[in-house]
Amino acid sequence: MIEITTTRHNPLVDPHLAVWSWEIPLYLFVGGVVAGLMILGGVALLRLARGEDPRGYFSLHAPLSAFMLLNLGMLALFLDLAHKLYVWAVYLTFEPASPMSWGSWVLLLVYPLLLVSALIRLPEAWPWLAQRVPALVRASDVLLASAKTLHLLAWLNVVLGVALGIYTGILLSTMVARPLWNQSILGPLFLVSGLSAGAAALHVLASLLPPQRPAPQGLIGGAIGALVQPLGPQPPEKATADALVRADVGFLVVELLMLGLLLIGLVTATASHAAAFDLLTTGRYAFAFWGVLVVLGICVPLALQALELAHRIPHTVVPAVLVLVGGFTLRWLMVNAGQMSQIVQSAAR
Amino acid sequence: MARFGMVIDTRKCVGCMDCVVACQTENDVPVGYARDWITTEVRGEFPNLTMQIRSERCNHCDNPPCVYCCPTGASHVSDLGGIVKVNASRCIGCKACVAACPYGARFIHPKGYADKCTFCDHRVKDGKDPACVSVCPTHCMVFGDLDDPASEVSRLLRTRKWHTLLPEAGTRPRVFYLT
Repeated sequence: MIEITTTRHNPLVDPHLAVWSWEIPLYLFVGGVVAGLMILGGVALLRLARGEDPRGYFSLHAPLSAFMLLNLGMLALFLDLAHKLYVWAVYLTFEPASPMSWGSWVLLLVYPLLLVSALIRLPEAWPWLAQRVPALVRASDVLLASAKTLHLLAWLNVVLGVALGIYTGILLSTMVARPLWNQSILGPLFLVSGLSAGAAALHVLASLLPPQRPAPQGLIGGAIGALVQPLGPQPPEKATADALVRADVGFLVVELLMLGLLLIGLVTATASHAAAFDLLTTGRYAFAFWGVLVVLGICVPLALQALELAHRIPHTVVPAVLVLVGGFTLRWLMVNAGQMSQIVQSAAR
Repeated sequence: MARFGMVIDTRKCVGCMDCVVACQTENDVPVGYARDWITTEVRGEFPNLTMQIRSERCNHCDNPPCVYCCPTGASHVSDLGGIVKVNASRCIGCKACVAACPYGARFIHPKGYADKCTFCDHRVKDGKDPACVSVCPTHCMVFGDLDDPASEVSRLLRTRKWHTLLPEAGTRPRVFYLT
């Protein structure tokens, strides 16, 4: 038996760590979705550049919606900071050992990249803006005319998307003090979860406006249309839509395997890691882990999407919504359970 | 360069909390927060119990996870004896260092920056002991250069049994507890 009493009662540290509230899980989730959208948008741009999909479905609303979501994520990140007026200090240095420093610089590159990527098709999707700012049309024409530029933008989206999707997991996984986080699989797990959430976000956004209706016009309507429609009122052809669902099925299968590897990694490591395994699988977070994340967030949408692809049931937005719920739950669980996880003292001394 | 560390004799410590009060006074620690604290640990099965009373604080680790994770360099290893410090005017309050410390030695100061024990470097610069060491009525705490074989801390570590906190974390703490 080890019984410890302490006179320390520092806020947010005792009785257990609670420094990160809702802002960080929200940012981790939104950052993951943005990363997934960037990678999928990059693939859409590659298909456009290669002439495989002349309409370039998703090549606009992936980067544009990613840009809008990123603003939400950055707001959450800013709200979390306790010393807000000093936020600029992050860009006075580059700290190679700090994943957070890497992430800050990646985010700085992601912003202009998403804007330029969205610009490629924006004038076409938002005529109101194009008429008032002809320079946008000229910029779009220049970008569209060069397959080389499209290729470059596409690959930049993929590479920075991977960096953005993986760094948050690596950030947590470097913390030895939190055994639940201290697993190198966390980076790839967050990346794959981001990919599936990105595909789901595209699906959900595309279903916000009824298909086959004339594209909304004007300042607000045009902006909303550009943000949520795959490209104009016509839905993408079935093969493209199916490819997205098929990709999501693949992401979910890989995510499930990685979750399994995470659990194996925990249960076969030290006593501290085994305690973190218990916390997640049988402790106070067990319902959120098994019920919400594994069953509702991965297995159910996986089954529904497989049935959709086999034409057993009609396509609906339900699996995509569930995937998003699962994606957020993963981050919420990891941040909250991770903060409770700590190194178990050895009995011998 | 010196490598400052602290040796605390748990056979002498009575948990009077003089060190805690001295620190709060010396460093103007906000009410409700603590840079150092007293831990009482009971081990074993009744009736074979042992108790250890410890004055704990930042361990100024040789392998400091709080410094590695800092995105701005605000958490740094000082040139003065390798003391782990926070530059408040560089800290953005991201709290990564608080999460990265296995000892819970850091907290967010009400003004927003990460705060912790500094080994009273403002006193050490002038050749004095940290406030906690200087007030200890049982003289259970010794501060000095771990790299100097002639120092009192080095001598104690050579001649007495000691342990550090959570050695399994691999942080190589520089606060040692004599048993």
